[in-house]
Amino acid sequence: MLLAARKKLAIRGGRVIDPAQGIDRIADVLISNGKIEEITGKSDGHTPDGYEQIDASGLIVSPGFVDLHTHLREPGQEWKETIATGTQAAAWGGFTTVCAMPNTEPVQDTASVVDDVMRRAEAVGVVRVLPIGAISVGQNGKRLAPMGELADAGVIGFSDDGNPVSDANLMRQALAYSVDLGLPIINHAEDKRLGAGGVMNAGAVATRLGLAGVAAEAETAMVTRDLQLAGLTGARLHIPHVSTIGSITALRSAKERGLNVTAEVTPHHLTLTDEWVYGQHGEVPESVGPESYDTNTKVNPPLRSRADEEVLIEALAEGLIDVIATDHAPHAATDKICTYNEAAYGINVLETAFSSIFTLVDVDPKMLSLGRLIESLTAGPAAILGRDLGSLEKGYSADVTLIDPEMKWTVNPQAFASKSVNTPLAGVELTGRVVITIYQGTKVFDLRNHG
Amino acid sequence: MTDRKIDACSVIVATGHARICDLDPCQHGKDFFVPVNRPVIGRASVANEIDKVVLTGDDIRRALTRISHEILEQNRAARDLVLVGLHTRGVHLAKRLGDNIEKFEGFAPAVGSLDPRLWRDDPDKALDQPLQPSEIPTEVTDRPVVIVDDVLYTGRTVRAAMEALLDFGRAKRIQLAVLVDRGHRELPIRPDYVGKNIPTAHGERVQVRITEIDGEDAVLLGRER
Amino acid sequence: MMADPRRHLLDLDDLDALEIEGLLNSAEGMLEIAGRDVRKTPALRGKTIITLFFENSTRTRVSFEQAGKILGADVINVAASTSSLSKGESLLNTVKTLEAMQIDALVVRHPHSGAPYFIANHTDASVVNAGDGTHAHPTQSLLDLFTVRKHLGDLAGKRIAIVGDILYSRVARSDIIAFQKMGAEVVVSCPNTLLPDEWQPGSILGQQTGFENLEIARNVDEAVEGADVVMALRIQQERQEAGHLPSLREYSDRWGINSRRMAMAHDGALLMHPGPMNEGVEIASDVAHGVQSVIEEQVRSGVAVRMAVLYALCARSRSARNGAGTEN
Repeated sequence: MLLAARKKLAIRGGRVIDPAQGIDRIADVLISNGKIEEITGKSDGHTPDGYEQIDASGLIVSPGFVDLHTHLREPGQEWKETIATGTQAAAWGGFTTVCAMPNTEPVQDTASVVDDVMRRAEAVGVVRVLPIGAISVGQNGKRLAPMGELADAGVIGFSDDGNPVSDANLMRQALAYSVDLGLPIINHAEDKRLGAGGVMNAGAVATRLGLAGVAAEAETAMVTRDLQLAGLTGARLHIPHVSTIGSITALRSAKERGLNVTAEVTPHHLTLTDEWVYGQHGEVPESVGPESYDTNTKVNPPLRSRADEEVLIEALAEGLIDVIATDHAPHAATDKICTYNEAAYGINVLETAFSSIFTLVDVDPKMLSLGRLIESLTAGPAAILGRDLGSLEKGYSADVTLIDPEMKWTVNPQAFASKSVNTPLAGVELTGRVVITIYQGTKVFDLRNHG
Repeated sequence: MTDRKIDACSVIVATGHARICDLDPCQHGKDFFVPVNRPVIGRASVANEIDKVVLTGDDIRRALTRISHEILEQNRAARDLVLVGLHTRGVHLAKRLGDNIEKFEGFAPAVGSLDPRLWRDDPDKALDQPLQPSEIPTEVTDRPVVIVDDVLYTGRTVRAAMEALLDFGRAKRIQLAVLVDRGHRELPIRPDYVGKNIPTAHGERVQVRITEIDGEDAVLLGRER
Repeated sequence: MMADPRRHLLDLDDLDALEIEGLLNSAEGMLEIAGRDVRKTPALRGKTIITLFFENSTRTRVSFEQAGKILGADVINVAASTSSLSKGESLLNTVKTLEAMQIDALVVRHPHSGAPYFIANHTDASVVNAGDGTHAHPTQSLLDLFTVRKHLGDLAGKRIAIVGDILYSRVARSDIIAFQKMGAEVVVSCPNTLLPDEWQPGSILGQQTGFENLEIARNVDEAVEGADVVMALRIQQERQEAGHLPSLREYSDRWGINSRRMAMAHDGALLMHPGPMNEGVEIASDVAHGVQSVIEEQVRSGVAVRMAVLYALCARSRSARNGAGTEN
């Protein structure tokens, strides 16, 4: 970002929610030199000279969101997404930091590939991009990637993304090796043999549609194994996109034992169930129709049952699940205009993440507080990264997200900043929307310029 | 006017119509009384003005008797005569003609049935009722065949029936007997035996009711809705 | 006012009993036509029907082809394979290519559940599901209904026992729906490995399962006891390979339909099988060819039922079809 473009900004009169500092009050946020200068005691109605004003009355002022789990597709699959469009989508969704999964082509399993991604991000990225390195060479679960070299190159953790480390011994070695590096291992928890080729959650919907189901236990079994190995090695384990009641039970017991473990949940596992595969926005139709088999609902781990969904919300609310991460997985139209079996796994999430969950919060305010929701998008992931992010503390990078909690809007994927349109939320009316995103003191998204 | 008891459910089955009254679903149940001269077939007819009876049961009996004699005369009482009724009411009329002939001459002509729907040129109309199995009980090649139907109108059904019939064999001759000829032919087709000529307008509806299906013998003239 | 004419036959779940009965009645007429010396009608003259089979099935494809040809349609058989997808031709491309040829109906067999629904979304032609993955096989179910109705009359209150590979069987899914719609009771039995996880032996399914009132027997004897129809499903060798079954021998012993089990069924019960049979495995040879077996009749009924379906979907002229719904 050009330093010359940075101005002094005063965000005035908004409801400032900064869970890291325990702040929730109407106040002004002053920004200069790309850093947070001050949160005023209250909004006092006059602005110091030389500040550009942003009227935030009626808006929520949050630290910029941090996403631990994003797929930017560059290098290698630029027709699905690029660093430029992916980070723009992030900005539109209120995210000022995204952690890029290493399943690019080539895989981010060497320092040179990681360097390349970071250089590109520096050049075209609209928000901060932090790379995640591969656990194994080529992400194929055979041999450890040069994790030390990757750590030196700046990765924030290790993951083979959608490829679970099926070999328990390799997983053990990865965890043990990571201890010295102080970085988490992020393992997609799925026992592929138990999953038996399933394409959606096992259960009544899969049976009715004749689609092969993945039992929830395929995830739970792997989560349980990984937690045992984390205990054995004392390493940091971060469990991505937990989606089952069984995983939550295992996680609770592991945290009670004091293991160094964190977990994330995606917006879609909090808001959608396997009934969305019917293609009727969660309604169960009388008969299967041409709109059923909605390939935009195909994701791994699959959308689960209502019972799972409820337990996930509770676990997030109480802090057992540490953070929300998007698992933003853009795919080209051809990857989704096909049969359900052929369709690629993944949902385009960044631009609907906050609103979809916030709409759920609106539906039942008791389920999940606004403060906790923002915490799980800001301070939560920042703590896992161990970086000075996710807060409006003085001297922190001025990453700020402004949200209009009243605004109603209908999801139109064609208008996304992302290159891809693969969301099952198309046509769904949501409440609450990110209206301005500020990254390092510069506005990188303003809805008024795009509405 | 006398009231007469009809069985609502059996009417549904017999006509193939799902609805017989304005109430949908029909709530009359089995003991549903309707005035005798008020037609109950079809949703439309219930809303009609009372239709005009153009042929009574006796008229129909006499007409069929006459046609039976005419058929015998024209075919010189041929014993290899085949009567083919067109679904649905033509089948029963053909049976009655066959019974008459047996009574008059002491031999029973072969009586068959034919649903020529798949040979029609207006498939959109042909879909309204399920196709019926045809039954031609005998070889038709070199035998005289009389096609029997209730109403002759455009002639399209008869054309379809002739074509369908040809697949069963090369009849010696095909003739046509109808209870009512209401005119308005659209094809060069002419009946050989007619019960009654009833000049009609396009907007009118001729409804033949026969005991085997409708519980009474009558021909009604009403207005198409 | 007429209801909008049916455009596709994808499964039987969106048909009511009256519409199913209409098709079965129509099939009676079709059966007679299919039995004539001259088996040809001009009903679908000028219509083009394509059978698009991504899975081998001589029996079903020929049945549809014969049905279309008796009705006078031009029937073009396309033997596609999913491997052509790896050559870069997507299902969408295939459908759009065929669509450009002005076809009236596409009869689709595909190994993926939902493929005919996908195709229906991308074509103006009528789509007939000739079997999709492990989801549905509606014409098979219609012919099963047709066959049973011929022998037992009204289906209401009849007990239908379906035995075999429930988890992977599209025939089972469509048959459960079809027989239940006609008022029959359906009970299934199979090894627990071939039962969906959420179905418990010894229970009757609730509404949330999507198969309300389906009875899950504890064992095969309980299922066939007093049944009016016993249907054995084909057991695939690959189930054994995938670890669902210890051996076909054990399956045959525990779930095979034999004379002892048929004797437990209602007097005069029918024995059915959607074919092709593994004689000696899921069905013993003596009963498969015995007096209670209507298996060959099922095949014959297939042509008539498919004629009724193709006629119902295609007979309407193209202009009438395009205008449907806009006029009363």
